[in-house]
Amino acid sequence: MSAIAYSLDAAAPHCGAVPMVEIRDVSRRFGRKPDLLGRASIALGLVKPPAVVRALDRIDLTIAKGEVVGLVGESGCGKSTLGRIVAGILPPSEGQVFWQGQDIATMPAVERRAESLRIQMVFQNPFAAINPRLPVAEVVGEAPRVHGLIEGGRGAEAAYVDEQLVRAGLDPSLKGRYAHQFSGGQRQRIGIARALAVQPEVLVCDEAVAALDVSIQAQILNLFMDLREELGLTYLFISHDLGVVEHLSDRVAIMYLGRIVEEAPAVEIFSRPNHPYARALLAEVPRIEIGKRAFSSLKGELPSPLHPPSGCHFHPRCPYAFARCKIERPELRTVAPGHKSACHLNERH
Amino acid sequence: MNAPLLDVRGLKTAFPTRAGEVKAVDDVSFTLQSGQVLGLVGESGSGKSVTGFSIMGLLEPPGRITGGEILFDGVDLAKLHQEDMRSLRGRRIAMIFQDPMMTLNPVLRIDTQMIEAIEAHRKVPRGEARACARDALAQVGIPSPEERLDAYPHQFSGGMRQRVAIAIALINRPDLIIADEPTTALDVTIQSQILSEIQKLTAEHGTALIWITHDLSVVSRLADDVAVMYAGKIVERGAVGDVIDRPMHPYTFGLVQSVPSRNRKGARLAQIPGMTPSPLDLPAGCAFRTRCGRADEACATPPPSAGAADHVCRCFHPREVTA
Ligand SMILES: Nc1ncnc2c1ncn2[C@@H]1O[C@H](COP(=O)(O)OP(=O)(O)OP(=O)(O)O)[C@@H](O)[C@H]1O
Ligand SMILES: Nc1ncnc2c1ncn2[C@@H]1O[C@H](COP(=O)(O)OP(=O)(O)OP(=O)(O)O)[C@@H](O)[C@H]1O
Ligand code: SF4
Ligand code: SF4
Ligand SMILES: [Mg+2]
Ligand SMILES: [Mg+2]
Repeated sequence: MSAIAYSLDAAAPHCGAVPMVEIRDVSRRFGRKPDLLGRASIALGLVKPPAVVRALDRIDLTIAKGEVVGLVGESGCGKSTLGRIVAGILPPSEGQVFWQGQDIATMPAVERRAESLRIQMVFQNPFAAINPRLPVAEVVGEAPRVHGLIEGGRGAEAAYVDEQLVRAGLDPSLKGRYAHQFSGGQRQRIGIARALAVQPEVLVCDEAVAALDVSIQAQILNLFMDLREELGLTYLFISHDLGVVEHLSDRVAIMYLGRIVEEAPAVEIFSRPNHPYARALLAEVPRIEIGKRAFSSLKGELPSPLHPPSGCHFHPRCPYAFARCKIERPELRTVAPGHKSACHLNERH
Repeated sequence: MNAPLLDVRGLKTAFPTRAGEVKAVDDVSFTLQSGQVLGLVGESGSGKSVTGFSIMGLLEPPGRITGGEILFDGVDLAKLHQEDMRSLRGRRIAMIFQDPMMTLNPVLRIDTQMIEAIEAHRKVPRGEARACARDALAQVGIPSPEERLDAYPHQFSGGMRQRVAIAIALINRPDLIIADEPTTALDVTIQSQILSEIQKLTAEHGTALIWITHDLSVVSRLADDVAVMYAGKIVERGAVGDVIDRPMHPYTFGLVQSVPSRNRKGARLAQIPGMTPSPLDLPAGCAFRTRCGRADEACATPPPSAGAADHVCRCFHPREVTA
C-alpha cells in the first residue's frame, strides 16, 4: 500500500521544485510545564495541574510557489496558530519550518529578518492588529520606507501609500486618520494594504475578508487573484467561509483539533470529501436560503484541546467509529492522486 | 399591533473631524417588535456599527447624535442620562461588538468578567454565578468550560473570544440585542449552534434582535426583515425573502450578485464598479449615483421612496419587482 502511495505522490503536480513553504512534523503547545516545586505540589494534590493546550499536533504541510492553499476547520482547531508559525511569528514547540528550503530556526538573524519581509500575515482581528497611535499613512508606509522599497522622496512615498490604499478599496484622502476612526471592514483593508505594501511573496490571510461586505470582498479577492497571476504570489488562506475557499483555492487542507485530517485539490475535496469530518463540514456549505430555519447544532461531545480524545480525535462524534479509532491515531495517507486523508476506514475493505 | 419595542426615527449621527463633519448615520428610521429579527446589511463603512453605538449610547466623542429619536419602550434613549443608560445596558439592551475586545478586558480572567456581568444586574451567590458563567460558555460551544473559565482572553482563539462576548451578551436575557458581525470568524457548525441558542432566546423570551452582518446566507435564514444601508442611509427595507430574491435598489442588486457561490469558481467575482464615495464628499442626491448603471440627471436630487409599505427603497429607477 505505501509503495503505491509514494508513486502516486510523485505524480502530484508541484513535485520537484523547492516548495515556497514547508512545515515538517510541527507541534505547538501552550501553557508551561510546571517546575519541580509545582510538580511536587501537583503530586501531593495541593494544586491543579496547569492546563496545557495542544494547539497543533504533528502537522505537515507544503505550499508551492504561486499556489493558494485554503485552510479550514472548526473555531479553535489551530488555524491561526499554524498561520503564525508559517509566517515565522510564532516558534513551534517541535518540528521544522522551511522557507524555500531553508530551515528558519538555523537562519542567521540578519537573513531571517530580510526573509521575514517576504512572508506577510493579514491578522484575524483587524481591531487589535493596527497601531492605534499612528496615522494610517504611517501604518502602511513605514515598513516599505524603512526597507527602501520606495524610490524617490516624500512625494513618491505619499503616492506609493495612496496606491496601496486605493488597491485595497480605501479612500486615500482619509490617510491622516487613526485606526479607531475607521469601521471594522475599513480596518481590515488597512491590514491588507499594510501587508501588501512590502511586496511579499507569501501572504498568510487569517480570515482576511471576514469583515467585508460581499462586494468589497469580491474586490479584494479579485485583487488577490490578480497579484497571483502577475507576481506569482503564494497564499495560505485561512477562512471559515467555504464559498470563498472553494472559489479561490487550488488545494484545501481541513483541520480538526490540531491535526490536518484531509488535504486535496479544491475541486476534488468539495466534490469527493473522504474524511467523515470533512464530509460533515462540507455538507453544510451555506447557501442563501430564504425562510426561517431552525439551526441545528452538531451532536456529540465537544472536543477539547485540553484533553484531546485518544486515537482519532474525531471518534467521539464520528458515526463510523470502530474499535481501532479509539486506540490508534490514523495517519494522513494518500487515497487518490494528490488526495490525502487520515481515517482508518480507508484501510478497511 | 402593539407599540414597537424599538422605534428609531430620523436618527442622525456625526463625527466632527479636522477635514469636516462625517455624517456616519443620516436620517435612519426603523421599528422593531419584541421577538423580531432585523438583519442590517450594507457596504463596509455605511454606518451599521455607528447605528448600534448610537442606540447603546456608546458613541466615541466627539461623535454625537445630531438629530432624531430612539424610542425604546417609549423612552427616548437619545435624551437619557448616562446613569439611566448604564443601568439599561447589559440588563435590557446588550450589544455584541464587532471587536470582542470591546467587551473583554485583556487583564482579567474570563470567570471574573462573566461573574461581574451577572452580578451587575442580579443578586446571586458567587458559586451560582460561576456555574451560570460555565453553562453560558458551554452554550456557545467552548469545550472544557470549567477549565477555560480560568483563562485570559489572549489564550483564546479569535472565534472563541467572539463566543465569550456573545455569552456575556446573552447571560442576562436582555429584551434587545444588537449583534454586530458576531459570527464573522465562526465556522458553519458553531455558527449554527449559536444561532440556534439565539433563536431560542427570541422565541422563548421575546428578545428582539438587530443582526448586523455582511453574510447574506445567515441573514436569509435568521431574519424576518432586512434593511440595507449605503452611505449612512437605509436604501432598502422589506421582508428578507423580498429583498434578497427581488432587490429593488440597484445597490442591493449588486450586493446579491457578488456572493461567491453565485459566481463560477476561479472566475473574477462580480463586484459593484467604482469606489465607495468619501464620507466627507458624498455626491448630491443619491449617494450611489457615481456607481449606478441606472443613474440619470434626476438622481442628482434626493431620491423618493418607491415600492409598497412592506418593501420600500429610496430610488428614482428601482428595478422591476415581479411578484
Ligand atoms: N470616531 C470616528 N471618527 C470619524 N469617523 C468615524 C468614526 N467612527 C466611524 N467613522 C466613520 O463612520 C462611517 C460609518 O462607520 P461604521 O463603523 O458604522 O461602518 P459599518 O457600516 O459598521 O462598516 P463595517 O461593515 O466595515 O464595520 C465610516 O465611514 C467610518 O469611517
Ligand atoms: N497564547 C495562547 N495561550 C494559550 N492558549 C492559546 C494561545 N493561543 C491559542 N491558544 C489555544 O490554541 C487553540 C488554537 O487556537 P487558534 O487561535 O490557532 O485557533 P483557530 O483555529 O484560529 O480558531 P478561530 O477559528 O476561532 O480563530 C485554542 O484552543 C486556543 O485557546
Ligand atoms: S478514523 Fe475512525 S473515528 Fe476517525 S474519522 Fe475515521 S472512522 Fe471516524
Ligand atoms: S436613485 Fe438613481 S443613482 Fe440612485 S440607485 Fe436609484 S437609479 Fe441609481
Ligand atoms: Mg483564528
Ligand atoms: Mg461595523
